[in-house]
Amino acid sequence: MSHVISRKLDPSLSDIESWTAIGGAAALLLLGLSRRRIQALGLAAFAAPLMYRGVTGEWPEFLGRHLPSDDPREALSGDRGMHVLEAAQVNKPLAEVYRYWRRLENLPRFMAHLDSVTQHGDTGLSHWVARGPGTLRVEWDAQIINDVENQVIGWESLPGSDVITAGSVNFDSARNGRATNITLHMRFEPPAGRAGELVAAVFGRRPAQDVREDLRRLKQLLEAGELPQVVQPSEVMA
Amino acid sequence: MRAVRYYGKEDVRVETVPDPEILNPHDAIVKVTATAICGSDLHIYDGYIPTMEQGDILGHEFMGEVVEVGRETTRLKVGDRVVVPFTIACGQCFFCKEGLWSLCDNSNPNAWMLEKLYGYSGSALFGYSHMYGGYPGGQAQFVRVPFADVGPLKVPDSLSDEQVLFLSDIFPTGYMAAENCNIKPGDTIAVWGCGPVGQFAIKSAYLLGAERVIAIDRFPERLALAASEGKAEIIDYTATDVYDEIRAKTGGQGPDGCIDAVGLEAHGTTLDAWYDRVKTSMYLATDRSHALREAIGVCRKGGTVSIPGVYGGWLDKFPLGPAFGKGLTLKMGQTHMHRYLAPLLERVERGEIDPSFIITHRVGLDEAPAMYRTFRDKQDSCIKVVMRPQEMTS
Repeated sequence: MSHVISRKLDPSLSDIESWTAIGGAAALLLLGLSRRRIQALGLAAFAAPLMYRGVTGEWPEFLGRHLPSDDPREALSGDRGMHVLEAAQVNKPLAEVYRYWRRLENLPRFMAHLDSVTQHGDTGLSHWVARGPGTLRVEWDAQIINDVENQVIGWESLPGSDVITAGSVNFDSARNGRATNITLHMRFEPPAGRAGELVAAVFGRRPAQDVREDLRRLKQLLEAGELPQVVQPSEVMA
Repeated sequence: MRAVRYYGKEDVRVETVPDPEILNPHDAIVKVTATAICGSDLHIYDGYIPTMEQGDILGHEFMGEVVEVGRETTRLKVGDRVVVPFTIACGQCFFCKEGLWSLCDNSNPNAWMLEKLYGYSGSALFGYSHMYGGYPGGQAQFVRVPFADVGPLKVPDSLSDEQVLFLSDIFPTGYMAAENCNIKPGDTIAVWGCGPVGQFAIKSAYLLGAERVIAIDRFPERLALAASEGKAEIIDYTATDVYDEIRAKTGGQGPDGCIDAVGLEAHGTTLDAWYDRVKTSMYLATDRSHALREAIGVCRKGGTVSIPGVYGGWLDKFPLGPAFGKGLTLKMGQTHMHRYLAPLLERVERGEIDPSFIITHRVGLDEAPAMYRTFRDKQDSCIKVVMRPQEMTS
């Protein structure tokens, strides 16, 4: 399960939809171009926004905006930025999964963009360092805004941070207590200008997929005790 | 070390590459003493498997000696002689705990690729494309084995490599195919494809209580082996109408279970088979499924169609109506290897089956490129190739 709800990128379009749109557009174009009539131009013209959507993942401006979702969780997203919802089932009991996550220092072990999280005692305050491509680094301070043991942890960046980000993770017991369902909401709101580009580079271009991979790594760590690794030999020896 | 590497369609090469190293705490390094070319390797050789990359080491049927273990590997010891299942399983996730080992959640680092295609990803496999994890395979002198305490099975010195090697894939695969038919005493089972998996499906059907097994193929040496070793009644599909003949053999009722041990590169002589050929050659379809269609058509009402043959993509002209109309059960998927290794080893130890009957070619690793072609073209009566990576021939 994965949603992204965002006013900016409007990526409600999955890959399949993208290719469907591109394929449909191509078919309309071909059909339109193969008929030497004035109506045929209409067909080809109709293909244009479809092709645009297929390639960019957005409808052109003149077709109007995606209506806001009535999903209450969108409240978390405010009216700007990127909101990701992702879920995973971990085959471990609730308390173990909650405890692992509540120790925020563990987050960089499975959240690829994070370099470190440091908690300041019991103040609920923490310092986060993220890394992007090359030497890019972004830092911010955050606070726990909600913490109910074995149920939910919520956090958000402190006012005035370079990165406006918030997250909440819900833990629900599953399979008669043998497993835990994790539901994670994350929001990133890059600031305007150059800092915004930096933040966008750090958090990646496919946040929904990135967050899904984060939760997959969490599963791998908690269940299998290691992250799968693969190296094919790259060189040929004489 | 020497290793068999993929370079493209019909292009495999044996090259010297760095030895594998321990990467994870539950790893082991195995010195490969015997490895085989699998029929499913031919799907790679023929270019049907996407996400193969140049230089990938092939091979998922192998065994050998443990020469190094990771720091958290406790059950396996250096010096153990093991056969390694071709599916990689963590042993801890929901699917492993349920015995659905080939659906392991945690072994495939590229799970997102199969998620895009299939909705969810199964386990990783050795030497079988990057969407299945990209793990280097066992057609090499050494191989890294992840989750070494979960998969590899120790084998007794009283049994030869050739007697236990096929526990790595084709014997359990043929066995699960038969088990999936839910065989009751007195049942008749029909097997499409008399390659190695088909041969083991035939023998397994008898082990599980079938009264009769009917085997369908076109290659005389494979049909002969099915008759002599497998004690199957044989049908050459190029010489007769398979439906009519099986109907005649089964009192007009049809077989209780049908096994498609052919998969996505099926051949056939009927109209639908030629239709598949044309569509796949024009990239309008991915898989040719003539054998599966025929199995569904021939199967008795309420019977089971079991599919160990590999399929990868989207089938065209799939006869769901006949399957529905006859109330068939369809069972399929990668073999849950870890379920079968120990019990099938016991059957080999008890002398109920000697899996080495299938071997027709024994060569060194350097002959791999030639043997891929020989096996693919079914030349020289080739049914199963075993390579000994520690014995160089050139």
